[in-house]
Amino acid sequence: MEALEIARWQFGIVTVYHFLMVPLTIGLGALVAILQTRWHKTGNEAYLRMTKFWGKLFLINFIMGVATGIVQEFQFGMAWSEYSRFVGDVFGAPLAMEALLAFFVESTFLGLWIFGWKKLPAKVHLACLWIAVAGSIVSAYFILVANSWMQHPVGVEMLDGRPVMVDAWAVFTNNTALVAFFHTITGALAVAGGFLLGISWYHLWRRRKDGIDTVGADGRVIVGESATIPGRDKKDHSVWIKSLRFGAVVAMIAFAGSAISGDLSGKLMFEQQPMKMAAAEAACHDGTGFSILSIGNVSSRDCSDVVAVMEVPGLLSFLAHNDFTTDIKGVNTLVPEYQERFGTHYPDDPKYGTLAGTEINYVPIMPVTYWGFRMMIGFGGLAAAAAAVALWLTRKGTVPRSKGLMRLALIGILAPFGANSAGWIFTEMGRQPFVVAPNPAMSGVDQVFMFTASAVSRGVSAGEVVFSLVALTTVYAVLLVVEVVLLTKYIRGGVVSAMPELDQTKREDDAGNGPGGEADDDVLAFAY
Amino acid sequence: MDFLPTLWFILIAVLWIGYLFLEGFDLGVGMLMKAFARGEKERRVLLNTVGPVWDGNEVWLLTAGGATFAAFPFWYASLFSALYIPLVLVLLGLIFRAVAFEYRGKVHADRWRTVWDWAIALGSFVAAFGIGSMLALTTTGLPLNANGDRVGGPFAWFSWYAVLGGLAVVGFAVIHASAFVALKTDGEIRHRARRLVGRWMPLGLVPMAVWAIAVALENGKWFSWLLIAVAVAAAVASWIANRANREGLSFMAMGVFLLAGAAAIFSAVYPVVLPSTLNPMWNLTVENASSSSYTLGLMSIVAAVGVPLVLAYQAWTYWVFRKRISAAHLPEPHDFDPAVGNAAGKEIQAAAGNGN
Repeated sequence: MEALEIARWQFGIVTVYHFLMVPLTIGLGALVAILQTRWHKTGNEAYLRMTKFWGKLFLINFIMGVATGIVQEFQFGMAWSEYSRFVGDVFGAPLAMEALLAFFVESTFLGLWIFGWKKLPAKVHLACLWIAVAGSIVSAYFILVANSWMQHPVGVEMLDGRPVMVDAWAVFTNNTALVAFFHTITGALAVAGGFLLGISWYHLWRRRKDGIDTVGADGRVIVGESATIPGRDKKDHSVWIKSLRFGAVVAMIAFAGSAISGDLSGKLMFEQQPMKMAAAEAACHDGTGFSILSIGNVSSRDCSDVVAVMEVPGLLSFLAHNDFTTDIKGVNTLVPEYQERFGTHYPDDPKYGTLAGTEINYVPIMPVTYWGFRMMIGFGGLAAAAAAVALWLTRKGTVPRSKGLMRLALIGILAPFGANSAGWIFTEMGRQPFVVAPNPAMSGVDQVFMFTASAVSRGVSAGEVVFSLVALTTVYAVLLVVEVVLLTKYIRGGVVSAMPELDQTKREDDAGNGPGGEADDDVLAFAY
Repeated sequence: MDFLPTLWFILIAVLWIGYLFLEGFDLGVGMLMKAFARGEKERRVLLNTVGPVWDGNEVWLLTAGGATFAAFPFWYASLFSALYIPLVLVLLGLIFRAVAFEYRGKVHADRWRTVWDWAIALGSFVAAFGIGSMLALTTTGLPLNANGDRVGGPFAWFSWYAVLGGLAVVGFAVIHASAFVALKTDGEIRHRARRLVGRWMPLGLVPMAVWAIAVALENGKWFSWLLIAVAVAAAVASWIANRANREGLSFMAMGVFLLAGAAAIFSAVYPVVLPSTLNPMWNLTVENASSSSYTLGLMSIVAAVGVPLVLAYQAWTYWVFRKRISAAHLPEPHDFDPAVGNAAGKEIQAAAGNGN
């Protein structure tokens, strides 16, 4: 394999991996901030416990996002130096702003939140968390501005063969970016909602299994407490049922938000990257139908044996244009258009590596786009439907005793993660063979594009990229295991894992935990 | 005409100095975890001196990298791709270190902690050494062709300057961290840290001084030499202050050493940001490596707002966590079991009877 191929695998792997941690960080951070605010407003200790418990899991996950995020910024220069040179004038700015205006805020104020319990005045302490959460959301905005410029280049002029920024407003209000931002935040909230739901379900189930909670003749929960299991008091039930409902409601609202933003995003993509959407549909010929199932070799170049088995007539047209009759261009129509504008073959120039002079394949890998698109929507919808069912099943205050359902609730945590990953894989693979996708003729800035083949670092050998690919994936795999083991340990420990003072078997005194414990003069209320 | 590129060259130098000043001591504290700390209590004291701040410090690196990308894309692209393997190692070091800070105390087993202690110590060492090498090589040159790509294979970047730069940052970080520990802790460890500064400072700071002198000899201006003189004076002042048990003064004087030393290095190489050792025609300079003045202007506005803000709230963080830490302050590590029923739990369940 060539450096190009390996570097693409590497970028895909480390980025998808990084984006397992990111949505949970963004979503869970916001939810923990809401919970802590509720605690301040109501004084209900259940909210303090929820803040501490979910906050602990948030931090275990957060650090992995931080650690893998550094790779993201470095790898543009390391493996994609031609890309960096080409886009640097416009792409570097949002990256630098992300660090300066978002990462500093996020990490500094999160440090204050972690170590500032009892040390900072209660309101200041809460404000620190909100500021950190705002930082994480702002960071999402900046990185999506950067990514969206690759999807839909705006605000630039070509100068000596490079795009230079001439209109920052256009770059930072790129419609692609605004919609992607909305879509990403709702996707992150869906992840966090499912996380709360699944884990709370487990604890409610566990309380029933251990005989703590029972169910009366009317099916309503009778909350009990255990003298032997640390932390399993009556309040503990309240922690989990509140968390479960909160998570379920968030998951449903987030899905509604992702559906709306996804629809907007789809409409933009039909206009800005018609090939991506044709490939998402494995739509070879022009038409209006949305494919439910297509069979055949969807990766065949000329689409000759792709057969749409089931179609919803008019739906595709509706997704693109809000009507049922406008034909959407298929792959067979689009390929000649691309060939006419960008050539049939890569220029015979060494910067295209071994692809120089070969035929350009304008069709993305259709099984990836077709199934990626469907997995994104399917997993997302599934998670939201499951949340609705969960609310119904728990309407009487606890979960059914079924172990199978409990397992399903835990496995269900993965669905929104799957939707997020599938969506990103779809949108990035659907842009190929371009790394900077050209705008369709007569729309947006013209003739700004870059083929992925010419973006890789020319001075870097395949061996070097293999080294980093192996090293990073090995380390990432090990760390994923470590993270999941730790999360599991802290989840199984229940609230006590984050609040040792609740352990009645070891408890001495539990004074001073109300809001406003600022009088405490401890040097360290929390320590590594 | 090249006012903005020059301004951004200065700003990037400031970001690197900020990074070395702040993360310098937390990298150093990481390295001290194995070599200096005696026992679990002391290791926890060390960790907690940087606990609330290390992550914020590390963002200076991301900002320096991002600002280089935005302001000098050709510099960023050539430097980062030429140093591919060293930077992979830096990244691995930073990853292990970050995760170790957070995960070390999460399981109460000696072996678990030992593994993460090594991750912190080695991760900090490798990151400091690699970043030092990178900074040295950007001032002394890499074998770059006309396009700015490295020629000569994966290790063509190697030169003794890479070693010198690595030693310079490692040495500085260890001494700076010792001064920081002396300032931030109490008890026996504070005095040991102070003795370490007194004994090893000359050795620890020499590589950076040699690097500055080497660069200044090559193409220094008169003020490069002036800055070197200031740096040496600051180092002496830091040493004397340390002797006099003035830990705060000693720490700040070491900051002045870094500021003057790094300023000497950056000012000596200006306007070249990355020399080509193959042909001076192919040097990257503030002029030919920079972004358009529109982009630089935009970034200048952002920096004018952002940098003072960052300095203000990071300073506030240090003020919030200003107290000295000693072993006596550390809360007991807390362990817990899964919140699941045992045999006793099952009895309750049986007694409750009615179930569902």
